[in-house]
Amino acid sequence: MMTSASDRILPIVTPENERYWRSARAHALELPYCLACERAFYPPQHRCPFCLSDSVDWRRASGRGRVYSWIVMHQVYDPSFKDRAPYPVAIVELEEGPRLIANLLNVPNAAIRLGMPVRVTYEDVTDEIALVQFEPEEH
Amino acid sequence: MAHPLRGKYAIVGVGNTRYGKLPGVSALAHNVEAIARAIEDAGVKKDEIDAVLTKAPTSNFQMLWSARVAQAIGIQPKVTATLDQAGASNIGLIAYAIMCMELGQCTMAVISYGDNPLTGSRAFYNRPRGEDAAYGFFGAPAGYAMIARRHMEEFGTTSQQLGEVAIACRYHASLNPNAQFQTPITMEDHENSRYVAEPLHLLDCCPVSDGGAAIIVTSAERARDLRKPPAHILGLGQSHPAWDVQARPQLTTSGAKASGEMAFRMAGLGPRDMRFAQLYDCFSIVPIITLEDYGFCKKGEGGDFVSGGRIRLGGELPLNTSGGLLGETGMPGMQLIVEGVRQIRGECGPRQVPDAHTGVVSGQGGIMTTHATLVLGREP
Repeated sequence: MMTSASDRILPIVTPENERYWRSARAHALELPYCLACERAFYPPQHRCPFCLSDSVDWRRASGRGRVYSWIVMHQVYDPSFKDRAPYPVAIVELEEGPRLIANLLNVPNAAIRLGMPVRVTYEDVTDEIALVQFEPEEH
Repeated sequence: MAHPLRGKYAIVGVGNTRYGKLPGVSALAHNVEAIARAIEDAGVKKDEIDAVLTKAPTSNFQMLWSARVAQAIGIQPKVTATLDQAGASNIGLIAYAIMCMELGQCTMAVISYGDNPLTGSRAFYNRPRGEDAAYGFFGAPAGYAMIARRHMEEFGTTSQQLGEVAIACRYHASLNPNAQFQTPITMEDHENSRYVAEPLHLLDCCPVSDGGAAIIVTSAERARDLRKPPAHILGLGQSHPAWDVQARPQLTTSGAKASGEMAFRMAGLGPRDMRFAQLYDCFSIVPIITLEDYGFCKKGEGGDFVSGGRIRLGGELPLNTSGGLLGETGMPGMQLIVEGVRQIRGECGPRQVPDAHTGVVSGQGGIMTTHATLVLGREP
């Protein structure tokens, strides 16, 4: 089957992460939160990875974080990224602790800095999926 | 008190295929070729081997791989295993071989790896799927670039210092007639090579390669009667950061720290005792972090350590004397053990380190997800 540039790669929705992606589609960032050890974690799972409690609920995150590390992808591994390369990929450390992989939007590649404050934004990719993305706080 | 297993076992045979682009040769055939050469090198009878241990082919993972290899070399072994620690598996399998020998389950193990990712199966390289890929975060270079960036930002490590690693490996490869890359590179070549995943240039990345290599492990006692001088296993370690790059608490300290401490403690030796280092170098940042974590220099000073010719032949600590993954073959690690054994024996010709009586070999895999350490010595 031919893959065209418009065919974006999508996250795989599972019973454990369904809530995360449902929230993202509604432009909300929610994280699994352990009620026993009072920590947010990622990726979503039924038990807390820190204390293995199954008292896990979901909490709205502030959407604020900082750039923990970042790269600029030049190599095109998939046709859907052909028109975007070179594009940034960052590890964003959220205020709540967990770190997410995301693209940084609305910032030139050369202006990205370690520790840069960023806030969540959403990229509607299909009717079902919005990617959780980040942009500079000062944008 | 010395560790009771220090020097009790040894690598007594090594073998490898040609490396590079080898169309028409299966992963299984690479294993068989490497094993046949290792058996010949050791001067043992095939029937003496009673353990067949393998790292699964990276490009096309298969169930019961070591059993298939055993069939292809006509052995019904007492012990088989295929270990999944990615590039740390080869050293991990040495530990497993020794455990089984201590249990009395076997007496001589062959450990092999062979794959044909360049010309054969590309199953591993099919269209990426899932969450990381949705953000365009795919391919090994992207993960290692994330670590390299963090190291550069925390400690001031430069692209030129990454280049020093690549230049040394390519120089050493040029002295190795079996290396996939025969031509040395300059700093200008490194800096002018295209970015794959910035800050990593193309010349910071190892190639994809076909080929195989194998080693034979037995007791030091049995080794005394064999054809070639044994490379004694003085120390073994392992430690695995395990988590995804984005979830891992620390990016610039690797499993090498705990693994190295474990191996050096078992050996009763330290970094200063090492005459050479064969350190896993799928990307140029990895030996820099490994050298720091092993204690050859302080954390953050790895970039400085690899500069000024220190890691080239003739320098204080020759690194990856056969060219490593960056120069000899991109195969995930067995070649580094093979070279360590050849250095200990003094078989390396123009790339021989003088009086290479002791050295360290590392294996690691995933995105610095796993790590294992091997200390080799001429004397038990």
